[in-house]
Amino acid sequence: MLEDLKDAGLCAFFALLIFAPFLGVHLGDGTSGNLTLGPTPERLALAVAATFIARMAMLAWHRLRSKRTAKPSNGAAAARAAKYIGPVLLAVAIIFPLLPGMPNAYIDLGVLILTYVMLGWGLNIVVGLAGLLDLGYVAFYAVGAYSFALLASNFGLGFWECLPLAGILAAFWGVCLGFPVLRLRGDYLAIVTLAFGEIIRLVITNWVSLTGGPNGLLGMPAPSLFGLKFSMAGGPGTFAGFFGVDPMPWQKTAYLFYVILALALLTNWVTLRLRKQPLGRAWEALREDEIACRSLGINVRNTKLTAFAIGAMFGGFAGCFFAARQSFISPDSFTFIESATVLAIVVLGGAGSQLGVVLAACVMIGIPELLQSLQIYRMLIFGLALVTIMVVRPRGFISIRRPSVSLGKAKMIGAELRAEGKG
Amino acid sequence: MAYALQQLINGLTLGMIYGLIAIGYTMVYGIIGMINFAHGDVFMIGAFVGIIVLTALSTVTSVPVALAAAFVISAFICAVYGFSIERVAYRPLRGSFRLAPLISAIGMSIVLENYVQVSQGALERAIPNLLPGGIVLLKQGDFVVQLTWMQLAIIIVTLVLLAAFTYLVTKTPLGRAMRAVEQDAKMAALLGVNTNRTISLTFVIGSALAAFAGVMFLLYYGVIDFYIGFNAGIKAFTAAVLGGIGSLPGAVLGGLLIGLIEAFWSGYATVAYKDAAVYSILAIVLMFMPSGLLGRHEIEKV
Repeated sequence: MLEDLKDAGLCAFFALLIFAPFLGVHLGDGTSGNLTLGPTPERLALAVAATFIARMAMLAWHRLRSKRTAKPSNGAAAARAAKYIGPVLLAVAIIFPLLPGMPNAYIDLGVLILTYVMLGWGLNIVVGLAGLLDLGYVAFYAVGAYSFALLASNFGLGFWECLPLAGILAAFWGVCLGFPVLRLRGDYLAIVTLAFGEIIRLVITNWVSLTGGPNGLLGMPAPSLFGLKFSMAGGPGTFAGFFGVDPMPWQKTAYLFYVILALALLTNWVTLRLRKQPLGRAWEALREDEIACRSLGINVRNTKLTAFAIGAMFGGFAGCFFAARQSFISPDSFTFIESATVLAIVVLGGAGSQLGVVLAACVMIGIPELLQSLQIYRMLIFGLALVTIMVVRPRGFISIRRPSVSLGKAKMIGAELRAEGKG
Repeated sequence: MAYALQQLINGLTLGMIYGLIAIGYTMVYGIIGMINFAHGDVFMIGAFVGIIVLTALSTVTSVPVALAAAFVISAFICAVYGFSIERVAYRPLRGSFRLAPLISAIGMSIVLENYVQVSQGALERAIPNLLPGGIVLLKQGDFVVQLTWMQLAIIIVTLVLLAAFTYLVTKTPLGRAMRAVEQDAKMAALLGVNTNRTISLTFVIGSALAAFAGVMFLLYYGVIDFYIGFNAGIKAFTAAVLGGIGSLPGAVLGGLLIGLIEAFWSGYATVAYKDAAVYSILAIVLMFMPSGLLGRHEIEKV
């Protein structure tokens, strides 16, 4: 007990040093040259006390836990559960927008979460399967969004014509990024992809005549259902007019929900299929050991490029959808924080796990959106949650994995058996 | 010619600041192999502590005293930040899945940015130039090439810090321990090096250097906000990678190069694309030298 007090006291002392310059004083609103400083000791005292109590609670919790014997993790049970969770989640997703009385805002939140699920699944191909660390995934999202916006405004194309084009263009950029970074490994790759993302954003911001610069682009058409538009005015040629129902805002949101659900499921299906085929196996082999791959005659260049291209293509699809949904895009939507969020979703989900991405997207996107009322504290809590989840579960939510290929019956591999630094 | 000389001076000053931050990245990468994404934000914290100390001491008439206090207090506070960040967010993840510390670091970076925004507001903060004037080096028609006192001070302080740091790494027991842990942490531990302490001290030293860079940035530009850490951090990390990550002279060289590229690109091409120029040159250099300019080429063993 005394030790705990000492430990927590030390923590509180550190907290005092850390918080003193920021919570202990407040810079007044004076402009250049005449800043003022006001003491705010009550904020500081609160923060230090909170640290002390939190540390005491943590130590007590550790003591409690160390008395209990650790339960061996049961991979098989989790695997059996996972078999059912997927279809159940899918069923919930399908009926979710049709539930009577479902507020439009919640369906919209569902659309947002599904967009990130799709981005997560797309990035999972690059990071989770091929093991290439990509910190600039948002670049392809931006390419998709701007392709749609420019094609729609310059050539009058609709969402469904632009969707494949946006995917192709994004895949093309994926290959463009892939070529120069073929020889790079690990963290060199990370910084170049990050730089690539920043270059794309800078070009979008500064090429005002094409992209509208920081003001963005407006007025992209929303997706239509076999030519039927969703309009609040009703009348012939609209969804409401054709089916003879009252035009309601949720009809359009629900339609968008199903579009993104279909796109996300397409991503998932392609990933799952590819994992069973030579290409997907080559990706996973590449992730585990590049030298062994080369020795066995796998074409490392093509394998890496296809991973970048396919991952980028799905990013482009998601971007195209994003632009159609918002009908407004600006460079602010494509900052590094988006790449970081998507990467966090992939890693939190347990890199390589498809179901994990869904859970992580719900947690990372759903909860902050529901906490809108916290305003400026929202991102602070987001960051703290990121650190906490990582420290508590470094392997992500779903850390067990079924091997893609096996002799006889496939056994689930628990986190503790997977070689560290891989996977 | 005169214009180029002025850009050279500006670029070198900026490059010194980037170099100081880059050392923190490269040290941490060398010793535990992780990208410390929060390092740029420690730099921002340093700049903020600097502005708070300078504001608190605005009644003190002696400028050198106020500046010295700002540097020392900022370095101390940032050292505590670096130590605590490593303890809280990185140490539990050591030896874990490779991407886990990276995500944790990104989270920490978000936390620090928003913590400063919440506690001090999102406004830009400005201070007046504390060391006005300078030496006129060259006059060519109307154009005057000037080395301001501030630039001179930044260059001198950086050179002193680099000399002290080089001495620390090459000549002291702590430096020896740091190099040993960098080469082989397990073997170093077996031979009696306290790896945990060494890693903590690496963070402490890197953060203190970042604090110096932060205060110098504040003095040089006069304006800071809670978001400066992101851009400076990315640039400094680019510098570290350009020089060859893990190599200390490489970090300084990379920093200077990036400062010069930025200054000359802004001077002769478009300011708007100066960052894009930096990143493009990084990509081109890495295409031909995949381990950076001074990085060791890693030997692959099977």
